[in-house]
This record gives sequence, C-alpha cells and structure tokens, in this order.
Amino acid sequence: MQNLKDLKEQIRKALPELDVVIGWTGGYDPLHATPHFIRRDEDIDKLQVNALCVHNLATYLPALRGKKVGIVVKGCDSRSVVELLQENLIDRAGVTIFGFGCNGVVDQTKIRRIVGDVGNIDSCEISGSDVTVSASGAEHKLPLGDVLADKCATCRYPNAVLSDHFAGEEVTTTATFEDGYKDVVEFEEKPVEEKFGFWLKEMDRCIRCYACRNACPLCVCRDHCVAQSRDPHWLSQEAHVRDKWMFQVIHAYHLAGRCTECGECQRACPVDIPILLFKKKMNKEIKEVFDYEAGIDPEATPPLMTFKTEEDKIRERKW
Amino acid sequence: MAQTKFIKKESLSAWLEELGQDHEVLAPRFEGDSIIFRPYDSEKGFFIDREATAPPKKAIFPQSETLLEYSQIKDMENLSKIAMDVKETIPTTSYVVFGNRPCDARGFTMFDRVYLNGEKVDVYYKARRENTYFITLSCEKGEATCFCNAVGSGPSDPSGSDLLMTPVKDGYYIESVSKRGEELLKSSLLTDGSKMKAEADKYKKAANASMNKAPDFTGSPEKLLAVFDNGAFWEEMSDKCISCGACTYLCPTCYCFNITDEANGLKGTRIRSWDNCMSAQFTSEASGHNPRPAKANRLKNRVGHKFSYYPDLHGGVISCCGCGRCIKSCPVGVDIRQIVLSAIAYKPATKKEA
Ligand code: SF4
Ligand code: SF4
Ligand code: SF4
Ligand code: SF4
Repeated sequence: MQNLKDLKEQIRKALPELDVVIGWTGGYDPLHATPHFIRRDEDIDKLQVNALCVHNLATYLPALRGKKVGIVVKGCDSRSVVELLQENLIDRAGVTIFGFGCNGVVDQTKIRRIVGDVGNIDSCEISGSDVTVSASGAEHKLPLGDVLADKCATCRYPNAVLSDHFAGEEVTTTATFEDGYKDVVEFEEKPVEEKFGFWLKEMDRCIRCYACRNACPLCVCRDHCVAQSRDPHWLSQEAHVRDKWMFQVIHAYHLAGRCTECGECQRACPVDIPILLFKKKMNKEIKEVFDYEAGIDPEATPPLMTFKTEEDKIRERKW
Repeated sequence: MAQTKFIKKESLSAWLEELGQDHEVLAPRFEGDSIIFRPYDSEKGFFIDREATAPPKKAIFPQSETLLEYSQIKDMENLSKIAMDVKETIPTTSYVVFGNRPCDARGFTMFDRVYLNGEKVDVYYKARRENTYFITLSCEKGEATCFCNAVGSGPSDPSGSDLLMTPVKDGYYIESVSKRGEELLKSSLLTDGSKMKAEADKYKKAANASMNKAPDFTGSPEKLLAVFDNGAFWEEMSDKCISCGACTYLCPTCYCFNITDEANGLKGTRIRSWDNCMSAQFTSEASGHNPRPAKANRLKNRVGHKFSYYPDLHGGVISCCGCGRCIKSCPVGVDIRQIVLSAIAYKPATKKEA
C-alpha cells in the first residue's frame, strides 16, 4: 500500500507521546492479518495495511480509556471512533487517529467459498484489482470485487471521517445510501414465514459465544450483558434457538442508530451467521424516521439519546 | 487383534443409514458457510473433506443439557407449604459420531480424566460417554493451524476413537480401535480389509510428513507458572483478545460449565450449559468480587489450564489436542502456540546500566 510509508513515519513521530498505537500485522498465515499493538519502535516495522486488515480496532478503545492511545482507522472504523466520542465512551484528547483512504477489505468467507480449502496458504498477493491466493500448491486468481466485504462494495465513507494524521491520497466514491440496503429491501419483501424460517435455521447453529458482541465496538456492556447476567436472569441459558435469536434482537435494538455497520459482529461469528442484516434493517429504519446516520458527525447526538416531545416524523398525537 | 475392514466410498451413506437404526448418527455437513455436526440426513449428506468448523461436542458435552426436571406442588390446605417433585434426567441416546478427526476424538480423553477417572464420577457425562462411538477419519495433511504433533498426537492418532478410517483407493480402510468399535463392523457393506493395510500405512506416513514442524512445548507447566504473577507479560499476550469465548466453545478439550435453573411458572429444569473462562461471569463471586477482572487474567487461565495446571495433575498430559480451531476461528487471530512459546522463552529483563 502506497501510504504505508507515510503512516509509519507519522506513527514513529507520535509514538514517544503515546502508550500504544493499534494497527495490524501479519497473522498465522499469508491470508490473515491480526491486530498489532505497537509499543516500541521496532514494532512499527511490522505494521501491515492492506485488504486483509479487516478488524475494526476501535473495539479496543473503551477499555483503554485513560491511556494515550493511537489507532489506525479505515473509513468505516473511523465512524466507530466518532460514535464512541459522541457517546462519551472515549476522550478525544486520549486518542490519536491515524486515518487513511481505504479501497476495501476482503471477506474471508467469500475467499473460502471460492478457494475451498484454505488450510494451507502458501502466499497471498494483492494487486490493484486481484487477489492471488496460492493454497496447497494450486493458484487462484480472484477478482478483488468478488471477495470484497459487502460493506466495501457500497461504501460511502472510504476515507477516515475524523483523523489527526491522514496518510496517502483520499479515495473517491459514488455509492449512495440506497445502494447499501438492497439486501435489506429484498429480504423485507419475502413472506413473514420465510423470513422467520430463515432466522430459525441460521440462528440454530449459534454457539452463544458472543464473539459478535465482543467484536462490536459499540457493544459496551460486555461484562454486564443481559445475555449472561445471573441476577436478574434475563435469558435462559438453554441452547434453544429462541434464546439465541432473542439475543440478536436485543443486540440489534441496542445498536439502533449507533451501529456504523462495520460488520465486525458478522465477521467475528465463528459459524458465519449473517447477523449484519439485523443491524442494517434497524439502521434503515433509523434513517427513515430520524434521517440520521451513526458515526459521521462528532458533534451530533444519536437519536435514541435525545428526547423531543414531538418527533418530526413520528405522529404521536394526531393519529 | 484389531479387525480390519474395507468399505467402498459409495457405500458410506448406506452404512450410516444402517448405523442409524440403532444409534443417532452425527455427521459433519455444510450449514451456511460452516461445517457442523448434525444428525445424519441422507438427503443432506455429509462433508468430511476438511476439519469441521465446530467439533462434535454435542454428543458427549452438549451446549446445554438437562440435569433434572422439577415442579412445585402447592399444598391446597396450607398454601405456604410447597412440595417439590424432582426427576433426574440421565441421557440414554446412543450416538455414533462419524467423520470426526483424530484430534476431536482424542479431545474427549481430556474430559475422561476429570469426569470419569477423578474422585467423583459425573453420571451424565458417563452415560453419554458410554453411549457414544467415534468413527474417526485419518487426516490427509496438516493445516497451518494444526499442531497435534506437538501435543503427543498425530494425523492418524487412534486414541479416543472406536474405529479409524483411512482413505485408500475407491474407499476406506477401517481398523477397530476399541473392542466396542467392533460392534459397528457387522454390516455386510464391509469386506475384509487386511490387504489394504500397506496402502493405509503409506497414507498415514505421508500425512505425518506433511505436518509443520511441531512447536516445542517442553517445560510449559513450569514456565507458565514462572510468569504467573507477571502482569505485564499477560497484558501483552492478551492485548488483542476481545474476551469473547469463541475459542473455548470450539475447543474439543474445554469442559467448563454453568448450572442454572430455568423456571417456567411452577415448573422448571436445572440445566448445565457451556461456560468459559474468557467470560467475566465465570469467576464472578456472590460478593461481587471477581478475582479475574480483566481479559489478561482470563486468557492466563485458559492457557495455564491447558499447558500447566492440567498436565501437573494428569501425568504431564497437555490438555489441548492441537486442533487449531481456537486460532482459526478467533476473530482477532490470537495464537495459543505463540503464547505458550513466549512463556517458555521468557527471560526477565536484566537491569539496564544507568
Ligand atoms: S452491530 Fe455489528 S456492524 Fe454494528 S457497530 Fe457493532 S459490530 Fe459493527
Ligand atoms: S458470534 Fe455467532 S455463534 Fe457466537 S453468539 Fe454471536 S451469533 Fe452466536
Ligand atoms: S482468544 Fe480469541 S476467541 Fe478466545 S476470547 Fe480471545 S478473542 Fe475470543
Ligand atoms: S486449545 Fe485450541 S488447538 Fe488446543 S484443543 Fe482447544 S481449540 Fe484445539
């Protein structure tokens, strides 16, 4: 990536004033990156920024409140940082934001679908429009467009919306709000029984690990989550799809108008349950009712954190 | 003497159908984009070309299991008096797990030392264990995340299995591993396999050779204890962990549980369900105190339990089968191998000259 050199320079300059800078580095094989906590100069050399850097590092910020933290963000990640600021879950003075313009990140599930066996990756090269994966001796040339995360194909904020340092060129985009919700509209049009059947089937394999919750930068109750609280005992601990599904509904409601659709919940799910759809549905409604999008303007207040006696678009009295 | 059989590839489904008459057969298949063990369904088939996303824990240690059912009976003469009707629910289903990998079957031998061979016998576990057969498939090659060869195992390790299948031309060579495994070999679909032994041995040898060099965990019990109180070490090791628990729920050797009463009016069930040391509630005490307040304390327990405390109690056996699922499915790529190796390599910083 063109801007990696600039980014490293910016981090090198800022590091002496910071406790840690969070970026990415190579993971357990050439197809995976992993979050990277930079504390020393030599850690900077290991920094990696490319389409494999899927993780939204903003997830780590609330727990690091009180420390001086640097964070490397893509456009979508920067929206989570903005949302955390809006909700006063982190301090502006405590975070140094290293932003860049992102050309999209891969969806590992899509790669797995095409390549099949990804257990033995020999190499992974990402050029402008291709990802070339060599696995178990066989080479697969994948058009980047086929393996990009869905959110990237319709991304309207590829550049960090807020940053202290910006590396490289800005990326342009022409995507519209509607582009991003075609899947939701399509799903809405299905008969109720079909939609219900879909979720019962998908949620049935949930293992209740709550990776979806813990990966979410805005899911901040974590250790005090209703899903596991013992007193009161809100949700049964049974492995019943009813309880699994109930949790996702709660998650989606708690994230309405706060979720920035970073997709981390779905990405983190070890059994590939398409739970982002829940969140997108809520956001589509929020946009319709409140004309609001999360994580764009640090000065704005999320709609569910305000109170107006008469909402502009909700007819409460004159039914 | 172990029995050796052969089955044609195309006869596998018929065999599973036969086994399904006396047992509930669990076989891996695609569900969405994941490979999950499910009751075998001839229409949906099975998929055994890769390690399953989640191990077949369901058969022996379900995500949640009923320990007892209760109902409260009010005394109509004296409403402050309530009688309890309690019914113990010992599981009776007999399972055949088909197409699991050697690591999956061996994983349960870690449970056995705790739930069967310890001071107390867990009756629920015992019932399931005795009623579950494993028909294991030898692995063709190791994956980047596999390290069974570092924990005393390998891609065709038979331990914990009842039968071991190894691919040969047009089918599978099947060896009985346990005496009771032989009960499953009565089918007329199986023919004598003794002639295929050499071919199967060759396959196994190639699989062994395909494994990455095993990380050397020698000394892990002491080395992990040596860094036990080193907060800075554990903080760094757990930097990227998000404390979710996916690693433990996908782990064939994790066996912790929670017990809750799930009431519904006057009736209810007492269930035990998976719990895990990565979650805050795991050690949360009634007083409100939590001895493992941060993710660093929790990850330390997970690694320590597997590579230090368990081996200390059980003759040096590492409580990890090297399946690699915790690495593969960790949302942030925490690698347990690296943590253990870091502890082994850890040297306290020598004081710098002023
Ligand atoms: S709910 Fe999912 S998409 Fe929304 S902010 Fe959380 S992790 Fe991101
Ligand atoms: S990450 Fe997936 S499996 Fe885990 S609780 Fe969430 S939906 Fe269920
Ligand atoms: S190691 Fe990975 S899977 Fe396990 S709790 Fe931490 S983040 Fe979750
Ligand atoms: S600790 Fe990881 S590698 Fe070891 S058995 Fe558990 S999931 Fe598999």
